[in-house]
Amino acid sequence: MARVLMKGCEAIAEAAVRAGCRFFAGYPITPQNEIPEYFSRRMPEVGGTFVQGESEVASVNMVYGAASAGTRSMTSSSSPGIALKSEGISYAAAARIPMVYANISRGGPGVGAIQPAQQDYFQATKASGNGGFEMMVLAPSTVQEAVDLTYKAFDYADRDHNPVLILADGVIGTMMEPVELPPMKSDEEVAAIKAAKAGWACIGHKLDYANRSWIQPGQWDTKKMQAENEKAAAMYASWEKDIQVEEYQVADAEVVIAAYGISGRIGKSVVDICRAAGKKVGLIRPITVHPFPYAAFDHIDYSVCKAVLDVEMSIPAQLVQDVRMAVKGRCPIETCLCSGGNIMSREAVLKAVDAILAK
Amino acid sequence: METNLCVAGFGGQGVMTLGKFLADATCNATDKNVTFFPSYGAEQRGGTANCFVVISDGMIGAPLGDVMDDLIVMNGPSLAKFLPTLKQGGRLFINSSIVDEKEVNRSDVKLIKAPVTEMALEMGNAKVLNVIMLGVYIGYTEVVPAEVVWQTIEHKLGSKPKLLPLNKQAFEKGLELGRSQK
Repeated sequence: MARVLMKGCEAIAEAAVRAGCRFFAGYPITPQNEIPEYFSRRMPEVGGTFVQGESEVASVNMVYGAASAGTRSMTSSSSPGIALKSEGISYAAAARIPMVYANISRGGPGVGAIQPAQQDYFQATKASGNGGFEMMVLAPSTVQEAVDLTYKAFDYADRDHNPVLILADGVIGTMMEPVELPPMKSDEEVAAIKAAKAGWACIGHKLDYANRSWIQPGQWDTKKMQAENEKAAAMYASWEKDIQVEEYQVADAEVVIAAYGISGRIGKSVVDICRAAGKKVGLIRPITVHPFPYAAFDHIDYSVCKAVLDVEMSIPAQLVQDVRMAVKGRCPIETCLCSGGNIMSREAVLKAVDAILAK
Repeated sequence: METNLCVAGFGGQGVMTLGKFLADATCNATDKNVTFFPSYGAEQRGGTANCFVVISDGMIGAPLGDVMDDLIVMNGPSLAKFLPTLKQGGRLFINSSIVDEKEVNRSDVKLIKAPVTEMALEMGNAKVLNVIMLGVYIGYTEVVPAEVVWQTIEHKLGSKPKLLPLNKQAFEKGLELGRSQK
């Protein structure tokens, strides 16, 4: 398959279309505007629907509706816009509706900065809305990975009846890179995916009480509500098998960089630069930031590792809290941070590595 | 081998298009890795705009490096902003129509001059200055073969065939000027 040069946002949208996504609703915000723009062109070509909603809240609820009717559906936004969508996402999690959404995150909090950042880690992995629900959160570090994870996200969503979040940053969203696109699902395959949902989705059910489908974001009965939450918790616990992580040169490392997304990629190049200079540096890059690959940190040789260096485009550091839970006090944890729309500098990471090695 | 290039200028000078042509040509006709990263504020025409193109035989870590191997500067403010990022012995391409050579306060870089604003006006279309500059860059660096870059431009302008002769002329003039300064 020939590679094509694509912008991250457009590649995410194309991957979704190829995965059978036939409904997208969104609302403009930088730096994710190329996602809705691309869908607006592409959806009519494949018989799908694009809606620019009147707001973030409206568009996420349109996706809730379309996904309830069995169609693979998606929305996207950037940090403050994702915050507005959180009600709809929590509702989708409660009603166990499969949907995919992307956060091409920017500086925050508040309206923040329009430039790239990784300030939404807690929001994405811990509480994307009220009620303590969980989602798989996939964090690409290249445009190719953004394509592959988006394609896969629809399968996870359908398997679990749960929202899935693509957590990318403004660099991944706006940069262009060669990609190989996954195969386009045929109209028959897309129809079969929808038909397989007939048991629960609002597809052609008769208007009588016994046969109706019932999509409900919550339960009035306390016993039923607890049972729903227990079912969901069991499903979250099953994600252990889906953990994805890149471990690079970890075995003998004296410094292990922990980083995800764009920072993970920059961290990996720092490892190469250090190794070329004879410095023993490694990398652990969570690809699923939820479920988090805690076990990967057990592969560090703590008899030689001087510190784990948490690298992220967030101040205060957020990823570091999961890193702390993974390292369990076995070595010190240092941070190398930037924020506000500034992009992680390779020089800064190199300096932080050298400072640890000099200790 | 990795080449980090920064292209900087005013919005409207085709800075992004220049970078994209180069990235596209690299993607289409080589087996190298390439990244294109745009950076701009909320402004469009008249604001500042710059992009970073990294071309590498290996994996690309940072789509925008801290230290540039090559720098293309299309206006004065961009020179002041980005010249400090150019490595020792790096290559500096300036739009000498509007960037004052005397403002280049470093002697440890190689200076390549191209009066692309004037050249474009002489050709009758101010907009082709970026294609001339791309020609200069390719002529001088040969980072990607010239014919591959031209094929990409030709393909991208496919829907506007009447612009092809002008762009061909612009690209070739640039190539010639770049090669002459090697």
